Formats: sequence, C-alpha cells, structure tokens
Amino acid sequence: MLIPPPPNHPRPLPAGEPRLQLLNISKRYPGVLANDQVSLNVMPGEIHAVLGENGAGKSTLMKIIYGAVQADSGQIQWNGREVSIANPAVARELGIGMVFQHFQLFETLNVTENIALALPPDTDLKTLAVRVREVSEKYGLPLDPERLVHALSVGERQRVEIVRCLLQNPQLLILDEPTSVLTPQAVRKLFETLRKLASEGVSILYISHKLHEIQALCDRATVMRGGCVTGGANPRQESTASLARMMIGRDLPVCHAPVYAGEVKAALEIDSISRPKDDPFGVTLEDISLTVNSGEVVGIAGISGNGQAELLAALSGESTGRSDSVRIAGLPVGHLHAGQRRDRGLSFVPEERLGRGAVPSMSLTQNAMLTAHRQPGLSRFGLLDFKAARDFALRCIERFDVRCNGPQAAARSLSGGNLQKFIVGREIMQAPKVMIVAQPTWGVDVGAAATLRQTLLDLSREGVGVLVVSEELEELFEICDRIAVLAGGRLSAAMPRNETNAEQIGLLMAGQAAAASV
Amino acid sequence: MIEHLIPVLIGTLAAATPLIFAGLGELVTEKSGVINLGVEGMMLIGAVAGFGAALHWGLFAGFVAGALAGALAALPFALLTLSLGANQAASGLALTIFGSGLSAFVGQYLVSESLPGLQPWPIPGLSAIPVLGPIFFNQTVVVYLSYAAAIFVTWVLAKTRWGLVLRAVGESPEAAHTIGYPVTSIRYAAVCFGGAMAGIAGAYLSTVYTPLWVQNMTAGRGWIAVALVVFATWKPLRLLLGAYLFGGMTILQLHAQGLGVDLPSQLLSAIPYVATIVVLVLISRDRALLQLNLPASLGKPFIPGG
Ligand SMILES: Nc1ncnc2c1ncn2[C@@H]1O[C@H](COP(=O)(O)OP(=O)(O)OP(=O)(O)O)[C@@H](O)[C@H]1O
Ligand SMILES: [Mg+2]
Repeated sequence: MLIPPPPNHPRPLPAGEPRLQLLNISKRYPGVLANDQVSLNVMPGEIHAVLGENGAGKSTLMKIIYGAVQADSGQIQWNGREVSIANPAVARELGIGMVFQHFQLFETLNVTENIALALPPDTDLKTLAVRVREVSEKYGLPLDPERLVHALSVGERQRVEIVRCLLQNPQLLILDEPTSVLTPQAVRKLFETLRKLASEGVSILYISHKLHEIQALCDRATVMRGGCVTGGANPRQESTASLARMMIGRDLPVCHAPVYAGEVKAALEIDSISRPKDDPFGVTLEDISLTVNSGEVVGIAGISGNGQAELLAALSGESTGRSDSVRIAGLPVGHLHAGQRRDRGLSFVPEERLGRGAVPSMSLTQNAMLTAHRQPGLSRFGLLDFKAARDFALRCIERFDVRCNGPQAAARSLSGGNLQKFIVGREIMQAPKVMIVAQPTWGVDVGAAATLRQTLLDLSREGVGVLVVSEELEELFEICDRIAVLAGGRLSAAMPRNETNAEQIGLLMAGQAAAASV
Repeated sequence: MIEHLIPVLIGTLAAATPLIFAGLGELVTEKSGVINLGVEGMMLIGAVAGFGAALHWGLFAGFVAGALAGALAALPFALLTLSLGANQAASGLALTIFGSGLSAFVGQYLVSESLPGLQPWPIPGLSAIPVLGPIFFNQTVVVYLSYAAAIFVTWVLAKTRWGLVLRAVGESPEAAHTIGYPVTSIRYAAVCFGGAMAGIAGAYLSTVYTPLWVQNMTAGRGWIAVALVVFATWKPLRLLLGAYLFGGMTILQLHAQGLGVDLPSQLLSAIPYVATIVVLVLISRDRALLQLNLPASLGKPFIPGG
C-alpha cells in the first residue's frame, strides 16, 4: 500500500469562513504569561506569518494549536466548529501538521522510521522509503531514507521534519522556523512547494526570523510581543526595516566593524587535517588548513553536511588527531580532548543547542558551569562556588538580554532564540583566545542577532580569533574579515571579504561539491 | 565424548529457559525506557502462584497464574515510577524485597507439596537429527516456547509498528509525546509484559524445572536476567546466547562438583556468573553498537507536562 490518500482533503468551506480561528488563547508558565488573550485566524489557502522577538510566545501558540501544549483558557475553532485538541494525534486527525523548532526526531531510528511514526499505523515501511526518496527529491529536500538520524547534520534533520510533515497531507501546515538551517536553494524549493500547497487550499502558519522570507512568501502577518498580539500587516507592503521595527519595537541596529589596532598573531592554526569518515554517511575531510589571526573574524561558508560537523568535531576536541594539526595561540592541542582545549583558551558553540550546547533539564546556572567552571573565582579547591556561578549566569542573562525566569530556569524552558543567546554569551564571557561558533544566530530574532554579531565583532577586536561556521551568507558578509568555503570535505582559501562576493562564494560552494562527488 | 556432553547440553537448555523468559520481559521493559530491578521478586511471586495453581488445576493453569501474578506484581511498580515519578532503581529493589517476602509468606502452606513435573516431548523428525536433535528438540514444551518467545520478541522489535513505537518511546519520550504517543500507557504495557514474563519464568522453575516450592528458589536468577539484558546490548538473540552460556556453566560446575574437582564449591558456583559476564562484555565491546541499542531514556522518569 502506498501512503493513504489525504485523510482530510481540503473541504470546500463557505466563502469567507476561516480554516482556523483562535479566540482569546492564554497560557501561563511559571513566571511568565507566554500567551495573553491571543486571537488569530487563518483562511484556507492563506500563508500567514507569525512574527515576534525571541520569547514572544510564537512557539507556545503553535504547540497549543497542535495539541502538544494545552491552553489555560480560550477557544479553538476548526473549519467553523469548536474543537478541543487534547493531543497531537487529535490534531493530525483533524489535518494539522507541524514542523517543530526543536526537532522531534529519534536518533537511533532511520529516516523512514522517524517519518512512519507520524503517519497512520498501517503505513508500510518499504513503500514509505520509496516515497520518502521521491517526495524529498521532488520538493528539493533530498533525503536518504535508510540513514540513521544521529548521523545527520542539522540541515538534514530539518529536511526530515519537513518531509515528515508534508507526507501527512495536512490542511493546515505549521512551520516553526523551518528554514533556520536550510540552504538557499532548498529554501527556494520549499517556498515553491508551499505556494503550490496554498494554491490547493492548504493553510500555512509560518514562523521565521528571516524577514525577507516572510516578504517573499506570506500573504498576511501577525506580530506578537510579550505574549500579546500587537498588530498585523501585509508583509509585501512593508520594508524589512519597518517589519523589524514592528517586531522589536525599535530600529534595527547596524553592525560596524572597527579596524583592529592590536598585534596580529596566529590565534588558531589548522594544519592539514585529513580525516577519513568514521561513519559510512559522514564526510571525509581532505587536507584542511586555515589560520585565524587575533583580531579578525573568519567565516566558513557552506552547506551543512559537507564536512562541517566533522571539522567542528576536530576543532572542538570531540575527535582528536595529530598534536600539531590544531594549534591555539601557538600551542599544539590536536591530541587534546575538548576539556583540555578549553583549558587552553578555546570557546566553542556547537550547532545543536539542546543536547550539545546545553543540557535541557539543567538550570541555566548549571549549564553555565558546564563550561565556565574553569574560570577563576567560580570554583574553590576544586569545589564549585554556587553563589559565584549564579552571579555568572545572572551577568550572562543581563548582558545578552536573555528572556527567562532567572538563572534557576531549566534550559528547556527557554525559547529557542533566548537559549542561543545564553550559550553564546556563556562562551564569550569566558574571555577566550579563540572562539569557534557554529550557526551563531540560528533562531535568534533580528534585533538580538544584530547584537550577537556585534558582540562577536567586538570580541575579535579585543584580540580574539573568531571562527564562524554558518550557512547564512549575509551573516558572513556582515561580520567576517575573510571567508572560506567548505564543500565536499575540502576548504577553499580564505578570501578577504572585499575581494569576493556572494556569487563567487556560491560558485565555490557548488563547484567544489561537484568536483568532490565525481 | 559427545555422548557425555549431550546430557550436559540438554540440562543447559532447561536451566537457561527461566533466564530467557525473564530476560526477554526485562528487555522489552527496558526498551521502553524503564529499568525494573524487581525481576527477582516478580519471578518469586510467579513461582509461588504458579505452583499453587498447578497443584489445584494443572500445569497450564499454573503458567497462566504465574503470568498474571507477575504482571500484577509489576503494577504497583508501574504506578510508582510511571505515574508518580518515583525513582526506578529504588522502586525495583523494593519490589524484589516485597516479592521474596510475599512469596515466602504464601509459600509456607505449600512447602510439603510436590508436582509431577513435565516430560520432554520430542518433536517428531527434528529430534532424530544427530547431536542437535536430542539437545534442542527433545525438550519440554516450555523450552520450545522459549525459542518462540525469543523469535517473537526479535520480530516485534525489529519489524513491527509496536516495536518501532516502543523503541521510539525508549529513546525520547519527549519527542514521542510531542508527536502524539501515549508514552505512559505504552510504558505501563511494557512493564506489565515484563512482569508477566518474569512470572512465567518463576512458574517454570516451581512447576517444571524443580517441581517444588522452596523459599527464595529463584536463587538470583532474576538478577542474572537483568544483567544479561544489559550485556546483551538489548538484543534478544544475544540474550539467548548469554542465557545458554550461563545455563551451560551452571550445569558444568554441578558436574564438576559431582566429580569432586579440587576447588572450593563456592568458587565453582561463582564460575557461571563470572564467565557469562566476561564473555558478554567481550562481545558487546563495540561502543557504537551499544549506543544504538541502549534506550537513551533508560531509568529517567517522564511526566508529560505542558
Ligand atoms: N516548558 C516551558 N516552561 C516554562 N516556560 C516556558 C516553557 N516553554 C516556553 N516558556 C516560556 O514562554 C515564553 C514564550 O516562549 P516561546 O517558545 O513560545 O517563544 P518564541 O516566540 O517561540 O521564541 P523564539 O523566537 O525564541 O523561538 C518564553 O518566555 C519562554 O521562556
Ligand atoms: Mg519559538
């Protein structure tokens, strides 16, 4: 049997009747009113954006619609009928599908199995695998159905989430930051798919911090701040700047990169790292060399899945090698593990914030201690000083404007962008010699992203070598002094920013990948 | 030589059977993310219930009663750990202590009784195969059922929807909950299955293996079953292998003691435990494999919130 026909084929509705109508939805978490009397409606075939800064309550509202979270009060009307959505199975039954901001995938299961879990129980795995391959290719989100999820990069995981949702043939598709780690090409393809679905009558709720996406895709936007709806707009008639102003309530700050006046030394030296892939689906690193000097920001552009994960593991110390393959401020550290490298002045922000960057169930203070315990003053005679630790977390929260319920809040209770700010902040505050950041502004709202980028720039101008691995070319061009491209496991030479442009980098991304796959 | 070994091997299979039932049950429980250290207690409860029921209504009733009693004994554990979020290790230990006490109390009325046991039932055709026939196919029906159970559990885990959902729940109850699976109910079912299987293992001990009731007659087999699951890296067929190894060593050391080998008997009795663990540790050295099979949420309470 193939995938069952759409269980809820978009039913013609009386003209003008919304597909989904939310009335006065409220939801309180300890210490914060995440949704405050939110009302919203979505028409059939409409692509509706929900905008708002980190912690505005967007994800909470979407989870309420999907039944993953229960509202304290308010009403949900679906196709004109009042419904109570007790759990996600009910939502799927109604025809609501959702792509989660924090992936809800099972690492030890393969792609097909992960997708099957969200489909009706009589789905046959073999035919599904074939379908996953077809559909994912058709939508420009290619997936290998046999691969285990733990071996996938975040970009690929995002594709799994999206394809899983598309295969459910929903009437309402909720996409919570679906493009945060997708490549530009994949985003373009996804938008084509979404427009096509919308023309067939599927309604789409779309959350993103990328304002140009919202302008390109969405018919209507609802803006939230502090749990309330603060306004609506037609994104096509607004400029990015005016949308940003509606979101964060002030003008968007602009990054400025002062000239570095200090002494230029090699902060991080990568000397011909070659590493055969250790898992059949990994990427082999071939002879990677790069030097990051103090006082500069170097960017590594490229689509994740081209050796990014492997290179980051080799740099952070998760995998070790020759002692002089990595040097920090001249000191060979290639053979040292992650903790020892940190002792020697390395700070590292991994791309997965929940699980790698932070332990979801631990408090912010404890999470700060996981890497900051080596800071002077935070431990005494080998014992942690919890008061100092709390102060450290508190300073990080204040300095980086992390919206949360204080340092004792569990990491998982933070909104995605706020957790990212906390993790980056925690690393910056450790006064590193070298700072390596993967996807620094993943899921961070425009205002906070500008602040974070500025912070990274300022950090480098204090004499730190900063290496940024990102898929977002715009971001790299905004903050980097030099940009290299990692494609197919090979790294290009790092080119000064003003001697290159997005075109050239894009060609390198494509050309090298092609050369490596021959 | 082989003629001398065959009786040892026949005994091996019989000795391994309770470990297989209890181990498979615990394996399913652990795959759902719950570790139940009460296997020993549930086996004892199953043993005493099975023995009592078999005395009155026959062997079949004995096994049914054993399974029911085991599942029933698992229920309070499930209630404490799954609904109330209690610590799984502590609750499991409590269940073992409770089980040994309760079975001793009920069993005091049964100590002087005995059952006829069960005759081997050679499978026509298969049992005539030289060497393997008498070892594998000249056994009691319960031993055959243990093969079937191992194949069944392997198949369910690897090939069926239930198995997929169970593995998903054991790996990430949060994600399973978010995409709409009733994590707690699924875990209840897995824990009760584990209890029923432990109960069957106990009933086998008291009605077939040594058809008597003796206080604490499981003699640590429940603990071995728990250890086997871990060292078998949650793979049913490896569990089978471990159980046979342990069964074989048990019988061998009995023979050795009988032959008057010049070693303290306590040392000999320890050999099966040590040998089984050493061998299983050696075969499960592959860390990647271990991480793939280990239910990531094992032992961690999950209370759906939101
Ligand atoms: N499980 C939870 N427990 C406690 N507080 C929570 C929980 N989930 C969310 N919150 C809080 O609710 C508020 C809204 O969070 P939400 O995730 O909806 O924000 P968001 O708009 O999606 O932000 P982002 O753009 O960063 O993803 C935040 O202040 C957050 O800290
Ligand atoms: Mg969110």
